[in-house]
Amino acid sequence: MRHIISILMENEAGALSRVVGLFSQRNFNIETLNVAPTDDPTLSRLTVTTVGDDRIIEQITKQLNKLIDVVKLVDLTEGQHIEREMLLVKVKAVGAQRAEVKRTTEIFRGQIIDVTPSIYTIQLAGDAGKLDAFINALGSNTLLEVVRTGVSGIARGEKVLSL
Amino acid sequence: MITRFLADEGVEYMYGYPGGAALHIYDAIHRQDKVHHVLVRHEQAATHMADGYARATGKPGVVLVTSGPGATNAVTGIATAYMDSIPMVVLCGQVMSHLIGEDAFQETDIIGVTRPIVKHSFSIKHPADIPMVLKKAFHIATTGRPGPVVVDIPKDMTAPTEKYEYVYPKKVKMRSYTPVGRGHSGQIKKAVDLMQKAKRPILFGGGGLVLGESTELFQQLAKKLNFPVTTSLMGIGAYPQTDKQSIGWLGMHGSFEANQAMHHSDLVVCIGARFDDRATNNTAKFCPTAKIVHVDVDPSSIGKTIRVDVPIVGTAKSVLEDMLSLLDEVEGERPDLSEWWKQIEDWHASRTGRLYEPAEENEAMKPQQVVEAVWKVTKGQAYVVTDVGQHQMFAAQYYLFDKPNRWITSGGLGTMGFGLPAAMGVKLNKPDEEVVLITGEGSFQMMMQELSTCSQYGIPVKIINLNNQSLGMVRQWQDLNYASRHAQSYVESLPDFQKLVESYGHVAMKIDKADDLDAVLEKAFALKDKLVFVDVYVDPREHVYPMQVPQGSMKDMLLSKTERT
Repeated sequence: MRHIISILMENEAGALSRVVGLFSQRNFNIETLNVAPTDDPTLSRLTVTTVGDDRIIEQITKQLNKLIDVVKLVDLTEGQHIEREMLLVKVKAVGAQRAEVKRTTEIFRGQIIDVTPSIYTIQLAGDAGKLDAFINALGSNTLLEVVRTGVSGIARGEKVLSL
Repeated sequence: MITRFLADEGVEYMYGYPGGAALHIYDAIHRQDKVHHVLVRHEQAATHMADGYARATGKPGVVLVTSGPGATNAVTGIATAYMDSIPMVVLCGQVMSHLIGEDAFQETDIIGVTRPIVKHSFSIKHPADIPMVLKKAFHIATTGRPGPVVVDIPKDMTAPTEKYEYVYPKKVKMRSYTPVGRGHSGQIKKAVDLMQKAKRPILFGGGGLVLGESTELFQQLAKKLNFPVTTSLMGIGAYPQTDKQSIGWLGMHGSFEANQAMHHSDLVVCIGARFDDRATNNTAKFCPTAKIVHVDVDPSSIGKTIRVDVPIVGTAKSVLEDMLSLLDEVEGERPDLSEWWKQIEDWHASRTGRLYEPAEENEAMKPQQVVEAVWKVTKGQAYVVTDVGQHQMFAAQYYLFDKPNRWITSGGLGTMGFGLPAAMGVKLNKPDEEVVLITGEGSFQMMMQELSTCSQYGIPVKIINLNNQSLGMVRQWQDLNYASRHAQSYVESLPDFQKLVESYGHVAMKIDKADDLDAVLEKAFALKDKLVFVDVYVDPREHVYPMQVPQGSMKDMLLSKTERT
């Protein structure tokens, strides 16, 4: 099963490599990874999506907690949560395709953020499934370049991950 | 700043080897007399010396090496300490800050290289940070589940031209690191309930009891419950092996009765062991009828390899205290264990004296009988250090330990070459105790340059070299799994150990027949102030038994070259 683990860690040199190294060292899987400083400049927030059965996920969270630089973490998929990922995609937009791409973008509530006579660059945010669906709808013969940020997430309601 | 901190931290000895990036620190060592530095002949030996010291005393070992090759040579010793959870602080010189990343002379990203084999690591960013970073390093290395910590020190951080105020930091607080304390009282209650009902229980102690200084409490618990006691290889000494409740250690080469008892038990109470593959055999077939209570200071050890019914995260000491006081309060009789004990005694009797035949008179000796003779001559009181291989298993099987911290071996990583330097680390800090290295000619040759360090500092360890002129454990596996094709397991062109050892100014002796065994050992151990190397020629065909069958359950064992369960 897919899990989204959200981690608060010390914003220090080498902290990220400890997290990433742990996954390869112990044969765990990283599907996406997203990291940036928080409002507290001494802390980074890292979100990782991974797959594994309960035993593996338990090991992943325990091993992550053991890292000295990890301050706190939560498995968002244990409760109600919101996940978002952003996509930037550059597509061929010529002839009849040009209007079709624009319509599809509107249907998915994306924005065209850069235009040339033959190219659209589109921005779209949503959960991973929505981004997959949009890429499918565009069709592989129009795609020139795809960039995804990886998932970031937050719990619904009053639950907060902070110090 | 570094040497002042080490003195204030109570460090007596450090082990190391100088080089360019560490020279400012070495100069500071030269100008003080509180912290003694031991110069080894290879950086790996420095880490093993610090490690042996830590295992025997419970205090952190301290290592100092230079950048690049100095640091990479230390890697094997750091990994050895990491696998066995040994507290150690390794100070590595580094090239000057402005050169980092430029492939400077003797530059290695040692933080990167050691990342998977340290508990944590630090890089010094400013000289003023040195005392606090070192304090954190010692704090992390010694608390919770102990482990090695690497501190990378660029040369400009120790430049003697710059002066900073030094204050010894008495306290350390880290928001992201809080070692666990007491176990959950509800879980402990559940465990005690199971102990009250079990009909075929077994206590299983690990190295965590030794590291957590809780062997006495463990013994009290065993006595109170009258449960049979086994240990992991690392837990040897946590319970007196000559006591009648001790049924030996378990696992691949563990005792027949311990492995049988584990398999047939209805309750395994494991304290401070991590159920590694050499202890459990096939985890799917592990202890099919038992409920499992697992106490560990590291939550990630629980449930890692086997399912656990009652997990308890806490220090061995606090959980044992809570268990003992709870047992005082509970009412009701525990089931009679006499049938279970009868069964264990039958297992024991069925194997006693049948694992090997001692050689007589002029025959090639059996390695087992040599270990038994060493046990006798040292009255079972020595600190016994080993290398890795058949001799290590024979030492574990035939030397009986009644006290903790005296069995010193590389259990997790299985590092050949560990023995000599580790034995030196023990002897240097326990000069009045008998320290014996039981080794083989394969392992010994990996670190034998340290004979020179022994001469320099006068370290009179006793070395028993079980010389079978081959890599015995490799040979055993080749006999069992590769139709006796001995690929590269025969050690050709062995040195004349006698001449070699004597060239360093030590004493060498040789035993090649059973008749001489006791007399020569007596003579060797009588030379208190000398390093004595005893080269003992043993039967190269001997195998270590019992040996668990690969992928079998705990009870599936080979008992000799022809018998199995």
